[in-house]
Amino acid sequence: MKLKTITSTALLLVFAVSLAERADAATLDEKGFEIAARSDRTDVGFGESEVELKMVLHNAAGQEATRSLRISTLEKPDESVGDKSLVFFNTPRDIEGTALLSHAKILDPDDQWLYLPALKRVKRISSSNKSGPFVGSEFAFEDFTAIELNKFEYTFIGVEECDDLQCDVLERLPRYENSGYTKQIAWVDQTDFQIRKVEFYDRRGDLLKVLELKDYRLYENGVWRAHLLSMSNVQTNKDTDLVYDDFKFGSGLTEDDFVKGRLSRLR
Amino acid sequence: MLSALSVKADEASWDFSANVDLQSRIFVQDALWPGQESRSGQLSIAATADIRWRNAARNQRASFIPYFRWDEADSERSLIDLREAYWALEANSFELLVGANTVFWGVTETVHLVDIINQTDGAADIDGEEKLGQPMVNLEAQRDWGLVGLYVLPYFRERTFAGVDGRLRAPLVVDTDHPVYQSSREQNHVDVALRYSHYVGDVDIGLSLFSGTSREPRLLPSIDGTSLLPHYDQIDQFGLDLQYTHDAWLWKLEAIVRDGFSETFAAAVGGFEYTFYQARNSSSDVGLLIEIQYDGRNELEPITTADNDVFVGARLALNDIQDTAVLVGVGYDVDTNETFFNVEADRRIGDNLVLEVRARVFSGATPQNATYALSRDDYIQLQLSRYF
Repeated sequence: MKLKTITSTALLLVFAVSLAERADAATLDEKGFEIAARSDRTDVGFGESEVELKMVLHNAAGQEATRSLRISTLEKPDESVGDKSLVFFNTPRDIEGTALLSHAKILDPDDQWLYLPALKRVKRISSSNKSGPFVGSEFAFEDFTAIELNKFEYTFIGVEECDDLQCDVLERLPRYENSGYTKQIAWVDQTDFQIRKVEFYDRRGDLLKVLELKDYRLYENGVWRAHLLSMSNVQTNKDTDLVYDDFKFGSGLTEDDFVKGRLSRLR
Repeated sequence: MLSALSVKADEASWDFSANVDLQSRIFVQDALWPGQESRSGQLSIAATADIRWRNAARNQRASFIPYFRWDEADSERSLIDLREAYWALEANSFELLVGANTVFWGVTETVHLVDIINQTDGAADIDGEEKLGQPMVNLEAQRDWGLVGLYVLPYFRERTFAGVDGRLRAPLVVDTDHPVYQSSREQNHVDVALRYSHYVGDVDIGLSLFSGTSREPRLLPSIDGTSLLPHYDQIDQFGLDLQYTHDAWLWKLEAIVRDGFSETFAAAVGGFEYTFYQARNSSSDVGLLIEIQYDGRNELEPITTADNDVFVGARLALNDIQDTAVLVGVGYDVDTNETFFNVEADRRIGDNLVLEVRARVFSGATPQNATYALSRDDYIQLQLSRYF
């Protein structure tokens, strides 16, 4: 009897272990998604935001160019619908007033309109250009438009130190079409659940760019925002910094501020 | 520099900017018509000031944009204009705008059939994209189901044409001092327009109605036969513009029906633009663009060159820091073999300078054709713009 019990316990253990091994991948996926979702949900309820920022571009020869822009965002609380955003350029002077309106979708292509002030013309543009450079910067369109939780599939990789924090490391795979990336690796801290670093791998699977998110500040509404985003292209040695002013929340922006008919009336 | 100082949010904001354009046209052949400047070069300088105001509550704004141009060879190309001079008030998704403004309607690239609010500054450029400010009272209503705009246009702006010294003109000079109006109210005829625009999924649509003085004049010889007089008729025009955006395709259509001077006619332009993003693994985009132009008007109506033409173009955007872009195109008239070559290239230099190059070649016209008058006006244009 005893022997039998021991044998069956052992068998049960072996069975349990193999079950666990098989469940491992799924558990890690779930854990990955949960970490990403927890990070994403620290942002829930910000409502609408406005921020002025500088985009500083450096090429490999060290030449520098600066653009100043304003980004307005309207939160869509439903995770199955994307946020709406408006990017408005103050400089360079010759494109002052140029604006890009995006209605983000989760898996379908975003709706995007571009306003060209010289002709006062509103143009619907193709949003399949996900991987193209955004205004000559190292940020692609897909890096720049709203990042939505469900645009990616996540896998938990492990835990690493990141500066003075402990970070969960996630692999995320774009689920939408036309991405320029085969995968991204994201570092999310375990204290405030904010993304600290992202690595982007190109279509050949090689490391293309590294994004560092710094100068996180907590706002009164409980929302964190990074105020320095540095994107370095490791293949071309070009980099782009986004330097944010203070974010303004609750400024009363509504759906009407994110319609194409608005674009010619922004200034 | 000044616009960097603009202030936002809790107080009224002001924004000042300006630009100066120095332009040189070089004509490669001798002039065809008597009176035209014999030198190959034509210099002009233009300046635009841009002053904008918005109140603290951000429901009122005003804009004042004077424009000035001086041409050393052709005095008819010199101009003072108010591109914008308006005040606007917003309330409950309505906007009321009073004053001069510039408005663009449409989707296509090679001809702008639907765009009718503003008069064309024809002396400035032959592409029809330079416009004069239009005095208006404009009421816009934004609804879930689209944007509706009503325009009341109390004053008519005459089209500008090259003068006797200028190139790019007909053998006879257009006498802009003696326009002929069908309406007894002449420039004071009140024109009205209505516009609806919206989008449904991948389709953007615009519908428009216009009733008033045609922006396009018929050009008829004067009694003494020494000049052409612009005749501005009363017209009614319905316009439709459609764009279907899918993947890297943009499918475009503009169509009008005009009850004009002699009879009702239709015109349309349609085609596509397809972009190869990051062509050949570079950061550049290459776009291919084809548009077909049709116009059913008879010979009594204002002359158009876009009557039965095919336009093929390619657009290159380097996506670099300097926003370098090149557009190369060929327009071909299927009936007459008239061919038009066009190259446009732009590049920013430093932070505040932009260099533009244009090259235009007119070919294949016989003396019976509309563009024969321009057949020796092939030119290269260099423009350097400084932004402040």
